[in-house]
Amino acid sequence: MNLDIKFMSYRRFATIGSLALLILSIGSLSFKGLNLGLDFSGGTLIEVSYDDAADLSDIRDLMLNNGFDDFQVVNFGSNSDVLIKVADKDGNSQLGDVIYKFLQDADSSTELKRIEFVGPQIGSELRDQGGLGMLVALGMILLYVAFRFQYKFALGAVAALAHDVVIILGLFSILSWDFDLTVLAALLAVIGYSLNDTIVVSDRMRENFRGERGFEPEEIVNRSINQTLARTLITSLTTLLVLLALFIFGGDMIRGFSQALIIGVLIGTYSSIYVVANMLLGLSITQDDLAIPEPEGAEFDDMP
Amino acid sequence: MNRFSIWTYVFILSVLSIGIIYSLPNLYPAKPAIQIAYTDSGKSADQQLLIQVREILDNKDIGTESVGLKENNIVAKFNSLDDQLAGKAALQRALLDQAIVALNLEPSTPQWLRDIGGGPLKLGLDLSGGVHFLLEVDIDSALDNRLESLLNEYRKKFRDDRINVESSRKDNKDLLFSFSSDEDYSKALKIFTQDNVTPLGTSLFDLRPNALRNLMELSYSQSAIKEIRDYAVGQNLMTLRNRVNELGVSEPIVQRQGSSRIVVQLPGVQDTTAAKKIIGKTANLEFRLEAASTSSRLRKEEFDFQDQRMGSAFLEKNIIVGGERVTNANSGFDESGFAQVNITLDMQGGRSMQKATNGNIGRRLGVLFVEQKNKSVLKKDSNGEDVIEQSSYIEKKIISLATVQAVLGTNFRITGVGSPQEASELALLLRAGALAAPMKFVEERTVGPSLGKENIELGVRSIIIGLLSVIAFMLFYYRWFGLAANIALFANVVLITGFMSLLGATLTLPGIAGIVLTIGMAVDANVLIFSRIREELKAGKEPQTAIREGFSRAFVTIVDANVTTLIASIILYAIGTGPVKGFAITLSIGILTSMFTAILGTRAIINIMYGNKNLKELRV
Repeated sequence: MNLDIKFMSYRRFATIGSLALLILSIGSLSFKGLNLGLDFSGGTLIEVSYDDAADLSDIRDLMLNNGFDDFQVVNFGSNSDVLIKVADKDGNSQLGDVIYKFLQDADSSTELKRIEFVGPQIGSELRDQGGLGMLVALGMILLYVAFRFQYKFALGAVAALAHDVVIILGLFSILSWDFDLTVLAALLAVIGYSLNDTIVVSDRMRENFRGERGFEPEEIVNRSINQTLARTLITSLTTLLVLLALFIFGGDMIRGFSQALIIGVLIGTYSSIYVVANMLLGLSITQDDLAIPEPEGAEFDDMP
Repeated sequence: MNRFSIWTYVFILSVLSIGIIYSLPNLYPAKPAIQIAYTDSGKSADQQLLIQVREILDNKDIGTESVGLKENNIVAKFNSLDDQLAGKAALQRALLDQAIVALNLEPSTPQWLRDIGGGPLKLGLDLSGGVHFLLEVDIDSALDNRLESLLNEYRKKFRDDRINVESSRKDNKDLLFSFSSDEDYSKALKIFTQDNVTPLGTSLFDLRPNALRNLMELSYSQSAIKEIRDYAVGQNLMTLRNRVNELGVSEPIVQRQGSSRIVVQLPGVQDTTAAKKIIGKTANLEFRLEAASTSSRLRKEEFDFQDQRMGSAFLEKNIIVGGERVTNANSGFDESGFAQVNITLDMQGGRSMQKATNGNIGRRLGVLFVEQKNKSVLKKDSNGEDVIEQSSYIEKKIISLATVQAVLGTNFRITGVGSPQEASELALLLRAGALAAPMKFVEERTVGPSLGKENIELGVRSIIIGLLSVIAFMLFYYRWFGLAANIALFANVVLITGFMSLLGATLTLPGIAGIVLTIGMAVDANVLIFSRIREELKAGKEPQTAIREGFSRAFVTIVDANVTTLIASIILYAIGTGPVKGFAITLSIGILTSMFTAILGTRAIINIMYGNKNLKELRV
């Protein structure tokens, strides 16, 4: 395939599109916020299964009769599985047992699948740690890329990552999907994945910038993206294949995880094509920026 | 020509065979087993119990695969679940309260694999089912207690040394003393300075003297607080271990996490309420005065000594203090070199002890050790069948009965406790009954056995489907090169399993997701290489040159891309807990093994396929 798509001619549209998504995401995040899962909000969650389809309104009545007012009762996976979430600000760890007891008294076929209790301070600690981890990850990556490539690439890479993370968070906020610890893990995996893509494209740009002289930066960027396009798409495809397998067959407990990753792979693929390139051109990268080959590169080149 | 030296092949094959060997244990299914331990946690299983267990099982004609000693337990393995259940019933009936009989799954890893450290992957609670508790030790209240008793100690000391104290009080985390005169102040300052030096040379307090106003402000130093915290957490850890042992869980985990938290994991336990009750209980000790021989029957109780040779004694019904008031106990020697046990109570305990011993000097003080025990009795039910009826009862035994020599406060000692070894055992018992600081549950996760099983099935299914679809795609898109990549991919999955088993890493549901994700991303390196080879071919290079160039040019990119992903997953490991850590571990191992298989492994296969041929044409 000798692709020659003029990616960079559309970069204004891409910029507008990205900015619109970012503004939408940040807006939703700041006004609506995230629908924090149990891991971050604290509280009690209990999952039970019945022999037949469960009557949710019966369970709700049962909860109300037992003095609970701030709770959610939903089906989980199938209509015979029920998930009950109780917001509990006092950190009472007994609630799960209490609820299971009266559910079982009401219907002896009730089978306990899981109880999770997260105390309020654990929740807030995990929130802080999660946010901090994300920032540290971005910082370390910025340093590594700046060291291996050049600071303009590093800024591009980190911009791409922040772009992906914010948009995924925004989507979770807009659609009110549960944001729990596995989704945070997925988000960090997205950082890893998107970065992978970004590095591959940047690597080709670095090579091409150092190659023949006398080309416009836009031309070089375009050529690099075209050269790596097949690989970008194939890798995204294989990753999506396994993620779909996980999404469809992996069960409900990791659905949020695979959801976040699927979106992440799609956005990551887009950002590795447009965001980095856009940033580089915006920072007016020139062939001189990359003129001196770094010794590390030479060292690695000799390997198989 | 593209050839590896023989050593490269040897290297690849040896890494691969390590991977294969250590992933082998996962192919042997876990066998149903029963674990038998003496109810008395101080006694470890011995030959006698082993013979007894063998006899019981033989008498009932229950087939076993093996019965043997393992650490402090006896483990009997069975060939079927039916045998296991029959075995449990028979053993419980015959041993009753003598031993704890717990159902268990034992890996059936062959001996030769075990000899080289092989074992199957450990399953996280989300896969095996069970309970996970996170408890927080309340260090602040431990500190409060210490400060209260410290305040009392100084008040007493100043009284004894005739130092006039105008006022003394505890204010939050500080002790405030104000002295009547310069002379009192300087005497007190001397005492404080003397006390402030620990044997290790660090300071115990932060002293803030104010000589102008004869004031002294004192708080524990950072290092002292750390020591108090370590002591409290370590003490609670030990107490929890003892309590968890009562539950008869086969492989419990009781570990410190961070500075003041304790993780308790009980695989397979379903009755969380009972588990919580046992873990959360306090007061295993009671201090009572010996009853006067003249006192009425209504006001005294008879108890046996823990040491059977000593018989029994009458104690008053009134409990002076309970074990929850004991903050420390250790053994030492008195002035004449006899063993003694030093006990520290908290403020409230000290006050009660003072009140009780005041006017009772010369009487004896008894320490009761309280244990909750289970009693099983064989009974005939309405159908005339034998059933085991379990009931729990509380057993109280005297562990010490010593004469009160003076009015006791927060600190006192028990002398006449026998040998130094007996003294340290007594101190251990005293400590075991108490928590050094209160604890509360801050996190709890219970996973039912059906959900665990379901998670494994779903996880394995998605790995297989994901793997197959990637394999199909690679074959379709790259043909022979795709085949090479697929072999490498398969080797990668084997290596991940092998290394995770070797490292003793725990497989969790997110961990499985990590493996699935690695499968998807692992082909990336190959895709990069193959795309590069295609380009080189298109640029008119000879097939062999194109292969060589393709690999070497893609190498830098692959390293850069993987190192950055590795950074992300290491951070994930650092900030994550439990399941997320599991994900980070599999992802990191996956990145490393995939680099190995995708670069070296694929190259080796392609070299074997094409390396020696004089190719005119190459289709990638």
